[in-house]
Amino acid sequence: MTAIERYAAPQSLDEALGILQQGEVTILAGGTDLMPQTKAGRIAFKPTLMNIGRVAGLKGVSLDGAYLRIGALTTISELLRDPLVVQHAPVLAEACDQFASDQIRNAGTLGGNINNASPAGDTLVPLIVLDAEVELASKPNGSVTTRRLPLAEFFTGPGRTKRAANELLTAVRVPLPQPGHVARFYKFGTRPALDISTISIGIAGIKRDGALTDIRVAFGAVAPTPVRAPRTEAALEGRPLDAEAIAAGADTARDEVSPIDDVRATAWYRKELIHNMTKRMLDHVAQA
Amino acid sequence: MSLKHDIEFTLNGVRKRVTVDVAMTALDMLRDVVGLTGTKYGCGEGECGACTIRVDGETRNSCLMFAVDFDGRDIVTIEGLAADPKADALREAFVEHGAVQCGFCTPGMVMQASHILDTNPNADAETIKRGIEGNLCRCTGYKKIVDAVESACCGGR
Repeated sequence: MTAIERYAAPQSLDEALGILQQGEVTILAGGTDLMPQTKAGRIAFKPTLMNIGRVAGLKGVSLDGAYLRIGALTTISELLRDPLVVQHAPVLAEACDQFASDQIRNAGTLGGNINNASPAGDTLVPLIVLDAEVELASKPNGSVTTRRLPLAEFFTGPGRTKRAANELLTAVRVPLPQPGHVARFYKFGTRPALDISTISIGIAGIKRDGALTDIRVAFGAVAPTPVRAPRTEAALEGRPLDAEAIAAGADTARDEVSPIDDVRATAWYRKELIHNMTKRMLDHVAQA
Repeated sequence: MSLKHDIEFTLNGVRKRVTVDVAMTALDMLRDVVGLTGTKYGCGEGECGACTIRVDGETRNSCLMFAVDFDGRDIVTIEGLAADPKADALREAFVEHGAVQCGFCTPGMVMQASHILDTNPNADAETIKRGIEGNLCRCTGYKKIVDAVESACCGGR
């Protein structure tokens, strides 16, 4: 039985934020997660169901100074073939290519994937290693205000984020890559399509003279949220990517994660995957 | 009582006005309210593709879509495709290649195939396989399905 008392499909951000400000709102974007979750009873509808699909200005990719700005309603299919994304954040396009199925990529939005806050969300790990930040808008006292938060700090648990109830995630900003920037993404599942990651790995940094600096390493599906791996980053930072450094990085990665056993894999298997695939990715970065 | 909402959309080229429960899936609305039962319910969670329809040209799982979200959109179901002469080659290719066994996945498979061919008229077998990765055939007749779609490329090679 649904408890929905009101359905709203606002056409402007101002209107949407006004509705959010009144409280008790379930936000609908692509619906690919909301529909099965509510039908299964894992998520209960709040009294207002707000469909943000028609809000103007929340879709599309643009250059914004030194940033790539991606509107929250941009679908995974749109990201996958967007020329700006392919040029400036190819690792994100690659992750989108491994995302569910065509039908779901045509419906699912970037904002939805982020706000679902799944530890295995496919776009989260690449966005974290790209130092992405989220833009949150609200209208607390009659006028629209926005704040920005690094994506790496946005998640607080499975399905939970720092987004306040009156806020709407409007965009994601990704800094344009510096010279020498490299980024890699790896997802492991039993089949490429429609599988939830057993683990995923993102590695990024500036490669110069055979060494990586400004290293970002992030892992998916090994913790309650996607996580940065600061010890692995420190083990690699500034070191020539020789066999010894790569082995040290992969060993640190295995020790740094503490995954759980579940239907997709045991904790032991996940740690082995993290070790072996981190090593393989670093080998590829070193040889590139 | 659950909340109802009035929506208006284009269904297979015809304007439709319908009153729907706001939590209803688009699939339930198509089958139970509008009465078009060509679109199938398989898994109900976007894994099988039997409920694939086209929404503003893109394919979507209708089981994952809220019926209210049809408002203002252009919807094509397998019934619409069946009446479309542009889809003749694809439909005939499925018949000629025996790409139908039990037939349950076929409406979704054909809808997705039409989308693949519209976006990539020269799709090769690999592209077609990637394109139908969200459609399951429990008879596992994939080879004949891929052959059928490939032969329908460019209206039949």
